[in-house]
Amino acid sequence: MSDTQKKSWFQRLKDGLKRSTGAISTGIGNIFTKRKLDDDTLEELEDLLITADLGVSVAGKLTKALAKGRYDKEIDEEEVKTVLAAEIEAMLAPVAKPLDVNKGHKPHVILMTGVNGAGKTTTIGKLAKQYRDAGKRVMMAAGDTFRAAAVEQLVVWGERAGVPVITKEIGSDAAALAFEAVERAIQEGVDVLLIDTAGRLQNRRELMDELAKVVRVIGKKLDGAPHDTVIVLDATTGQNALHQVEVFKEIAKLTGIVMTKLDGTARGGVLVACAEKFSLPVHAIGVGEGIEDLQPFSPRDFARMIVGLE
Amino acid sequence: MFDSLSERLSGIFDGLKRRGALKESDVSDALREVRVALLEADVALPVVKDFVSRVKDKAIGQSVLKSVTPGQQVIKIVHDELVAMLGAEASGINLLGVPPVVILMVGLQGSGKTTTTAKLAKRLTEKEGKKVMMASLDVRRPAAQEQLKVLGEQIGVKTLPIVAGQMPVDITRRAMDAARLQGFDVLMLDTAGRLHVDAELMAEVKAVRDASQPLETLLVADSLTGQDAVNVAKAFDGEVGITGVALTRMDGDGRGGAALSMRAVTGKPIKLAGFGEKMDALEDFHPERVASRILGMGDVVSLVEKAAATIEKEDAEKMAKKMAKGEFDLDDMRTQLRQMSKLGGVQSILGMLPGMGKIKQAMAGASIDDKVFRRQEAIINSMTPTERKKPQVLNASRKKRIAAGAGVEVSEVNKLLKAHMQMAKMMKQMSKMGKSGRMPMMPGAMPPGFDKFLP
Repeated sequence: MSDTQKKSWFQRLKDGLKRSTGAISTGIGNIFTKRKLDDDTLEELEDLLITADLGVSVAGKLTKALAKGRYDKEIDEEEVKTVLAAEIEAMLAPVAKPLDVNKGHKPHVILMTGVNGAGKTTTIGKLAKQYRDAGKRVMMAAGDTFRAAAVEQLVVWGERAGVPVITKEIGSDAAALAFEAVERAIQEGVDVLLIDTAGRLQNRRELMDELAKVVRVIGKKLDGAPHDTVIVLDATTGQNALHQVEVFKEIAKLTGIVMTKLDGTARGGVLVACAEKFSLPVHAIGVGEGIEDLQPFSPRDFARMIVGLE
Repeated sequence: MFDSLSERLSGIFDGLKRRGALKESDVSDALREVRVALLEADVALPVVKDFVSRVKDKAIGQSVLKSVTPGQQVIKIVHDELVAMLGAEASGINLLGVPPVVILMVGLQGSGKTTTTAKLAKRLTEKEGKKVMMASLDVRRPAAQEQLKVLGEQIGVKTLPIVAGQMPVDITRRAMDAARLQGFDVLMLDTAGRLHVDAELMAEVKAVRDASQPLETLLVADSLTGQDAVNVAKAFDGEVGITGVALTRMDGDGRGGAALSMRAVTGKPIKLAGFGEKMDALEDFHPERVASRILGMGDVVSLVEKAAATIEKEDAEKMAKKMAKGEFDLDDMRTQLRQMSKLGGVQSILGMLPGMGKIKQAMAGASIDDKVFRRQEAIINSMTPTERKKPQVLNASRKKRIAAGAGVEVSEVNKLLKAHMQMAKMMKQMSKMGKSGRMPMMPGAMPPGFDKFLP
């Protein structure tokens, strides 16, 4: 664990995102030293945005915006980057909203969802520690009653964060566990309850039905809960992330997104496409395995890093 | 999982097929669409460019444009190139070495290494009769070692006892010793998920590789991966040296671009494909079948194999005998309904049949699903044995009773009986054809012209 090496969070974000953006920014550099903005150049630029997983349609939109008023004119790399970053930032700005657990709900219930291996359990563990450090009374519920040792994994996070974890044996009903967890959280006067769920692919209808039931049951026990239903997206995921958000939103009434694994070379451009299509709040990004590596989402930094601007 | 891509491509190809003569520009236009379709399917950009240019070179040749069916020729070229890109033939897991043979599993966090390790161990144990041991070297993720242990207990495969605080290379040595001393054939090493840019962890996995000298080093990769698939595959291959790829989450609805990219950039075969959470949901990867599926030509071979593996032999023989006589009662229909659901339901069957992509879509739109078949089975279950043997005895009052028993309307019972009558009629015709020496049209038969494109 990298808890020991303390860096400023901006440094971590930058380090994390720098690797994500290396390729695209060299790419832009290669196209433009100073050259005419013609069809070929635009196509190359569009291709580069596609390699950042922005998707064909968003990439097309961005290059069109760049070409507006600049077509056939000489343009240099810096200008291209600045314009693109500004465009991307404008798309992301409306969706940057941190998770707010101070809305007066007691407990404030957060349900974590997503496909297998996206990083739900890890994200919950990090959030628990962060809220605990902020002086909140936190509780976690090990709602992944399917995967072997998922419960143990969360229990370890519980020990690290000094937070109690509600568990049931593997194979028990996830909805029943969620119900019990909400009940306990109310009894014990907890501020924030974080509920984990098993990973599920969005095209598995029976599993999605199960998730819908978990959401329903939580709402039955506590009016208005879950107050946040978050999907965890893996930054290495491609255009399929759009479909993940679409289906989870429909079935589990998503209220926000957390994107993990931005410390690799994956650029997470699909987040821009998600913001464009669903306007769901983006709460945080994960740039490493340490607890402090779960960072608030900053559209400006994200946009500038995507195009390789310092 | 390749549905969306195959839908897009078949749309493009429908346009091509309709034309008698093709101009160079027609091909270019179609290929531009192919390019976008592949990119939206997350196929890596360099791979797409390469692919499109190779297809273009071949398709714009004189012979294609002057041929009678230029559209089909182009499709054939696309199919052949797809197969070439995915790797010409299936390649299995290499176990030819001095036991214990080591299989090393590597990959990013959350790609499915532990689950795939257990699935492969189960398969090697049960299908190949190997004595397999698994060891988890994941000392980073909380409870990762525990996860492998639990899975080992579930599938009846031994795992190396966990020693808290031991480092990966030491665990490797201990596992090698244990496997050697206890006479294991195969040792599977499950490693921690790591980023390919994390120098420290990549060095660790290299040390594990050197200590264990694996015969197979499999990169476990999520088939939902985006453009980054290329970087990941290149880095792991360059640093650790992989012998193959195991693609996970193939039961998702991703468009499978990663499958196309990984093979193309590393030149290493895709050896395994994971299709779900169940421990036996692991299959060999068959490039030519996947290529056919992508192009909407169906995967008949897989279907037949699946059928052979799931349908009870006895049932099949009984059915064949009855069919030969032209008999088909409601008991037979029930058997068929059950077999359908065993095969993974009607959706998955249709997905494997050529030209069925569109029908499948239409069915999804009309929300026809496997519930219909379950309901039909319930109706048959509500009948007496006599009624099942001789449906003609069914009068209004019997039908009412059956409907009540199955919890449906009488009209549903009538619908089922009508369907049964049609099937029985077909069976009769087929048995006659069989006698006259003409083979009946079997499910594997393809629309005219398509057989050319399958190997």
